[in-house]
Amino acid sequence: MPDPILSIRAVSKEFHVGKSRVQAIDDVSLDVFEGECLAIVGESGSGKSTLANMILGLGAPTSGAIRFKNVELPAKRSKLHRRQIQLVQQNPLSALNPRRSIGASLRLALDVHGHGQRADRPDMVAALLKEVGLDPDMATRSPSGLSGGQRQRIAIARALACQSQVVVLDEPTSALDVLVQARVLRLLNALRASRKLTYIFITHDLSVVRNIADRVAVFQKGKLVEIAQTETLFANPTCDYTSTLISAVPVVSPEEVALRDALANVRVF
Amino acid sequence: MRPDLTLDIKNLRLSFRSWSGSTEVLHGIDLSVAPGERVALVGESGSGKSVTSRIVLGTMQDVRHARVSGQVTFEGTDLAKLASVERRALRGREISMIFQDPSSALNPVFRIGDLFHEVLKRRHPKISKGEARQRAAAILQDVSIADAERVLSSYSFQLSGGMNQRVMIAMALINEPRLLLADEPGTALDVTVQAQTLSLMRDLVEQKRTSVLFISHNLGVVREFADRIYVIYRGNIVEHGPTAAIFDAPQHPYTQALLSAIPRLTGGGVPDIEERSLSFNDPMISHGTDI
Amino acid sequence: MKRAIYILLSNPLSILGLVLVGLVFFCAAFADFIAPYPEHAGAVINFAFANKPPSAEYLLGTDVVGRDLLSRIIYAYQVALGMGLVVLLIAPPIGVALGLIAGYIGGWTDFVLMRITDIFLSIPPLVLALAIMGVMEPTLINAMLAVTAMWWPWYARLVYNITRGEKVEGYVLAAEVIGASKAHIMFREILPNCFPAIVTKMTLDFGYVILIASSLSFLGLGVQAPTPDLGSMVSEGTRYLPDSWWMTVFPGLAIMIAVFGFNLVGDVLRDVLEPD
Repeated sequence: MPDPILSIRAVSKEFHVGKSRVQAIDDVSLDVFEGECLAIVGESGSGKSTLANMILGLGAPTSGAIRFKNVELPAKRSKLHRRQIQLVQQNPLSALNPRRSIGASLRLALDVHGHGQRADRPDMVAALLKEVGLDPDMATRSPSGLSGGQRQRIAIARALACQSQVVVLDEPTSALDVLVQARVLRLLNALRASRKLTYIFITHDLSVVRNIADRVAVFQKGKLVEIAQTETLFANPTCDYTSTLISAVPVVSPEEVALRDALANVRVF
Repeated sequence: MRPDLTLDIKNLRLSFRSWSGSTEVLHGIDLSVAPGERVALVGESGSGKSVTSRIVLGTMQDVRHARVSGQVTFEGTDLAKLASVERRALRGREISMIFQDPSSALNPVFRIGDLFHEVLKRRHPKISKGEARQRAAAILQDVSIADAERVLSSYSFQLSGGMNQRVMIAMALINEPRLLLADEPGTALDVTVQAQTLSLMRDLVEQKRTSVLFISHNLGVVREFADRIYVIYRGNIVEHGPTAAIFDAPQHPYTQALLSAIPRLTGGGVPDIEERSLSFNDPMISHGTDI
Repeated sequence: MKRAIYILLSNPLSILGLVLVGLVFFCAAFADFIAPYPEHAGAVINFAFANKPPSAEYLLGTDVVGRDLLSRIIYAYQVALGMGLVVLLIAPPIGVALGLIAGYIGGWTDFVLMRITDIFLSIPPLVLALAIMGVMEPTLINAMLAVTAMWWPWYARLVYNITRGEKVEGYVLAAEVIGASKAHIMFREILPNCFPAIVTKMTLDFGYVILIASSLSFLGLGVQAPTPDLGSMVSEGTRYLPDSWWMTVFPGLAIMIAVFGFNLVGDVLRDVLEPD
């Protein structure tokens, strides 16, 4: 087994709400390997977003460590750390500043990390837009009037601009229409191959997970309850909660109904 | 006009006036719901599905820049012939609605019990607080809420999203409306909770023989719920028919694309489908089931 | 642009607002050319024509020393606008910077800065200005300083509230994850989103600054004679009410036109600048 690119070791996170304590993440250890797409699946309150935030350095673990290429990441991240791990958010409407041009939003990442010469950066922005399947002339426009799919492509381009190796995808397609979702997922797949990226794909949608992830980690109430290869997990989930999640997915084809019914120890529909 | 239908929409058009001129968002929609029937209107964002429900609810007609034409008939009454006050009287009594996000649809400054009282007063203006509470408790049992008393004494922010959704379903059905409009119910909830509340809702409308117009972007959800499906694309109905026909033999290129774009739980990768195609504007296909 | 014109045309009051504000600016800018008696802006005494009601010669009548009221009002606009400009060039930047820093950084910075702001806000503005003017010489410059001192906290509050809302938006998170500096996030990302509200408030405030400045001079603490000032004119005129009504009514109307005009324009700006 190769060394993991990202390694989460015995991480816990507590929040204080008034006088009571909430254990958002409870002693979680997992490894993310270079070039893979690891899906993190769970419902609200499962702790999946808290974990993502800690990976991104937006909150320090109460205990435990997060290592990037065997080096522990500090709570206060430097620019160099920031450069390693990027994010694509769920809501395409709020992810872009409505009062800055698309080009300026992309330029920011290049400027902060000093990628390329100043004079070359407009061309780099154009190249990024092209890479995510958008018109390079879009750089001068404001994001208002763009569709959710276009905005999400820009958000992906912004993550690419940092030239990071790990991208946290936080429900990147759940706000998109299904036809747009398919295009964006295909784009993500293509970029993973061409740029040798590692994805941490946070989602609640198991049918997306089935088609994009190499491995799946299932979270329930802050605990990692199951982690397995995608094929294995869907063929033979070992945890009841995983089966419940699978059986709650609204499906469209008879084969899926068969798969779901075979699993369902809890009939939801 | 068909008085035997719960809802009958003929050639419905909607346009908005704005600074850049007038834009038509519904280009002449025909849709009907028979008594006790569960009909789904499925489309992507911006297809016009939500404004359609707003028109049936009668709130779109009061929007300043909106122009509605065509005929919307509810149990034989043309909604356009009603005054704004009369349309309002239908809401909450004969037509009720369930919204996408239950937590924001329930007023947080009133207890659930008081909200039920207000809703019941729309049909029974003189109903007492005690009686309202009794009836509310009874219908909460129907949506599988065991400790109805605790829920009635709570505020919406003290309850979970799933609990609020059940409360909303109960509230929408307590006045025994003839028509229930459900606009993406449960989309804001977790999948397991969504699945449970949808099945509760299905059982309850079946039992009360309420007609339902279910607005959704998710064909999977609709498949579990609807008798008949209309697929809407950019303000036009492109295909309609019984649920089985739409899923087993979709004829319109847009319906086909929509269906094949959904990632399958059984795997097979992410399908390669264009977001847009000229063929999506092909003429409407009807599965010959006009009632 | 097309959208702005559409909004403008769909609301007749907004056109009235633009006309009124335009009129005020026009008077101030071209006072030397349109005032019938430009020399009356100064210490001219002309007892032969004192106390004249409106006539063809003196359209709005004359004051107690025989100066043309119309000319003095026109020049008073110059003073009032000058004062508004100075106050609104100094107060908003102070308030905006403090509001942004307190709202974005949070914690102790927020606590300290906003409590200072609250202290200023809790003193009735006129009282604060009176106190400052009481300590200092009642000159035009000091009047401007006093008004500025009571004005910035409102901008701090406004921007603070907007910043608190924008802070949780995805684009701020994105900039943080990229590693952008706090200064960049505050001044380049969040500040542009505060502009519509700031510009709208500044327009509305133009009218209020004129009103407050007039109140100060009405109490004898603002602009000193012989510089024409709307507030002092109203104040002087009240001594000759009701017989010489024009001495009070016309300067009063002049204040009203300016305040009303800026209010209407402020409303339009809000509609135009808000994104769809």
